[in-house]
Amino acid sequence: MTQFHTYEVLVIGAGGAGLMAALNAAQTAKTAVLSKLHPLRSHTGAAQGGIGAALGNLEEDHWEWHAYDTIKGSDYLGDQDAIEFMCAEAVQAVYDLEHFGLPFSRTTDGRIAQRPFGGHTNNVTGKPVRRSCYAADRTGHMILQTLYQQCVRHQTEFYNEFEVLDLLIEGGRAAGAVAVELATGELHVFRAAAVILATGGHGRMWEITSNAYAYTGDGVAVAVRRGLPAEDLEFFQFHPTGIYKLGILITEAVRGEGGVLINGKGERFMPHYAPRIKDLASRDVVSRSMYLEMRAGHGIQGERYLYLDVRPETVNRYAAEDGRTRPDGSPYRVTADEILAKIPDIADFCRTYLGVDPVLQPIPVQPTAHYAMGGIPTNVYGQVLQNAAGDVLPGLYAVGECACVSVHGANRLGTNSLVDLIVFGKHAGRHAAQAAKGSDLPPLPADAEGFARQQIEQLRIGSGKETVAALGKELRALMFDAVGVFRTQDSLDYAVEKIGELRQRYRQVRVQDPGRIFNQEMLTAWELGNLLDLALLTARAAAARTESRGAHAREDYPRRDDAAWLRHSLAWLEGDAVRLDYKPVTITRYPPKERTY
Amino acid sequence: MKRTLRIFRFHPEQDTRPHYATYSLEVQPTDRVLDLLEQVRAEYDPGLAYRRSCAHGVCGSDAMRINGRNALACKVLVQDLSTPVVTIEPLLGLPLIKDLVVDMEPFFAHYRAVLPYLINDEPLPADGRERLQTAAERDRFDETTRCILCAACTTSCPSFWANGQYLGPAALVTAHRFLFDSRDRAAPQRLQILSARSGVWLCRTAFNCTEACPREIHITRAIAEIKQSILKGRPAV
Ligand SMILES: Cc1cc2nc3c(=O)[nH]c(=O)nc-3n(C[C@H](O)[C@H](O)[C@H](O)COP(=O)(O)OP(=O)(O)OC[C@H]3O[C@@H](n4cnc5c(N)ncnc54)[C@H](O)[C@@H]3O)c2cc1C
Repeated sequence: MTQFHTYEVLVIGAGGAGLMAALNAAQTAKTAVLSKLHPLRSHTGAAQGGIGAALGNLEEDHWEWHAYDTIKGSDYLGDQDAIEFMCAEAVQAVYDLEHFGLPFSRTTDGRIAQRPFGGHTNNVTGKPVRRSCYAADRTGHMILQTLYQQCVRHQTEFYNEFEVLDLLIEGGRAAGAVAVELATGELHVFRAAAVILATGGHGRMWEITSNAYAYTGDGVAVAVRRGLPAEDLEFFQFHPTGIYKLGILITEAVRGEGGVLINGKGERFMPHYAPRIKDLASRDVVSRSMYLEMRAGHGIQGERYLYLDVRPETVNRYAAEDGRTRPDGSPYRVTADEILAKIPDIADFCRTYLGVDPVLQPIPVQPTAHYAMGGIPTNVYGQVLQNAAGDVLPGLYAVGECACVSVHGANRLGTNSLVDLIVFGKHAGRHAAQAAKGSDLPPLPADAEGFARQQIEQLRIGSGKETVAALGKELRALMFDAVGVFRTQDSLDYAVEKIGELRQRYRQVRVQDPGRIFNQEMLTAWELGNLLDLALLTARAAAARTESRGAHAREDYPRRDDAAWLRHSLAWLEGDAVRLDYKPVTITRYPPKERTY
Repeated sequence: MKRTLRIFRFHPEQDTRPHYATYSLEVQPTDRVLDLLEQVRAEYDPGLAYRRSCAHGVCGSDAMRINGRNALACKVLVQDLSTPVVTIEPLLGLPLIKDLVVDMEPFFAHYRAVLPYLINDEPLPADGRERLQTAAERDRFDETTRCILCAACTTSCPSFWANGQYLGPAALVTAHRFLFDSRDRAAPQRLQILSARSGVWLCRTAFNCTEACPREIHITRAIAEIKQSILKGRPAV
């Protein structure tokens, strides 16, 4: 039997973005949070390196510098008004987290500690600046825990292990959502005046990824099936340093602390590609440089990986070469113990999965699919936009990795996702609560759970000729090869065709477990459908964009083309076809220029 | 190489009692036990139920018994296991739902009971910036901030098995994290909760928790520090 619930604000997702939104919404509106995972299992907990904010605790810094770096990092595709808003608000966001109790690492004078991170610079000297606020190498873990703790304190209402399958829209506004309760298999209809999607990313469509199993793009897929567009999906970030073959992330903080990338000739190669900030160039730049090195036969023993070297002797040698200093002006030198104290979890991953002690041996790494710059189009209040004209869909919000404001443009800077979660989570939560208070509850559509039910019933009646495991494997290999760090028209057209075939074959999937209780087989099958839909949109948007910008690197169109392509893509899924449209990028005071590091 | 997985199975809608099923797999020494479970799903039975998400030991979803010891399936590699048959079972002491999935609610109820949040109602710094805390003060509770609430410790504790009311090691680790945070002001309240009947005195120092912890927290030591604090009437620095 379907159960019905009514709230003013419904938050879908309990990672950093969802919890921040819920805390703010619940101050004034009756709010519930739905999450397919227990909140503490959300992927925000995996974030390592830090949250960027120009606190200036260790050296001069300004939010305007943070904004410029973010715009440049985005390869000028980020909307500059939104970026300025985010970077100015970032400072208060970090103080808010500290006031909530977040145990940041501390400087010698007791302030929040900050470290250098890729693409973050002193805008006068062009040198790396210490802007990333961190709690050792488990900043995301501490953010997730702290926000959840605040929710416990304020008795936030949670529906844990509820997987949302559909979004309700009635009379042109959001009306609620439909979810399945894992423990019982029952469908629940949640009626609400405002719905906030905060479901995270979709990196599980690539073979090598830093992303959790849960990263299947549910929120974006659900919105797309209800006729909303997805923005800028062709921009997906490959992080330079994933553990070879496993994809597990080694934070950029390792390079922030002085680690360098080394090729098969034993050479530090990043200075050839980014003479000024070298190993701390933007992620897209570093990942491409690594591919070029490997393609030239300079992988380790000719294989498709390189070394990340954070042994103290290596760090000290290159720090001396670079003339790197400590805040007091003395030369930067580190010991093995100091390194281990800054990156304890990374050291643990290396020992567990590689049998490597990172202060004694270099770490084998390869680029790993990491972060969705694209997602559901929104404004700075998290309100979802329906079209290129920017018309809002009343009552519907999206925040965090599933959203596209766009503050990350074509390439996100490290530390800026956590900023995004906290800043936009707060504003979306407040805006949604206000909007819900000021409007009546929309009526529920007739047969509210019908479409959700239809989607899962479909998975029980396939012929069974195809399996989720096999289709998923094919999809991941295809995306990694054809829609990866480098792309061509041929590879992208091929991907579009193949994904079309996979989507056809997916109809032959049949769930075997007839039960209702914890039917994860059913949900895994449904999630594969989400990945397939988003893969199609991604490949089509990428095939259409005949330029290289940020993470979208076309070998056949190696240059950025502002005249034709300084615009965001919007992609609609219409049956088996994709419709594309475009909208302009907002420029405030930073006209696009060539991007060098 | 070959490995046999012997997995505890229970389908609540089909089985009257649990049983063990065995699966023969071709594996690599560096495969995670979680990879083997995924392989069972792909090759034998997509209906096998277990929780998992990050797959690298930070989300805490996949705590289970592997050859009788509590661990995260994503942090144990084939090469760490000496037996040709690997036995996988759900955590003990929490109600079973299906296969390797147990009901975590009693565990989280204990977590909520220790006031798991910073309590300090003093005015914030007038300049609106961060509260100050020295690096040494921050270090005092660093270790217990690492906890991911996977329940490997609590469900390996004989005192918890004997008495489900006992707060258990994970809740005590959380309590420690706040008790020793120089910014927190609720020590008296916290110590009262911790010294109550279901509190810290039910710990018999079996050390199982410390051995089970995938985050290498010295839980028994943290519990001892709480006991000393209760005796002193304030956080024992
Ligand atoms: C290894 C790693 C390290 C990183 N390090 C950094 C860093 O140092 N700095 C930085 O800025 N960024 C970092 N990032 C990126 C950043 O952590 C993520 O982008 C961010 O945490 C995403 O937060 P979120 O709130 O959007 O989503 P999540 O935290 O993933 O939360 C998503 C939530 O949605 C729920 N959900 C999903 N689908 C459904 C559904 N169908 N129904 C109901 N609920 C659903 C999930 O249960 C979960 O609660 C890192 C990412 C990774 C993978």
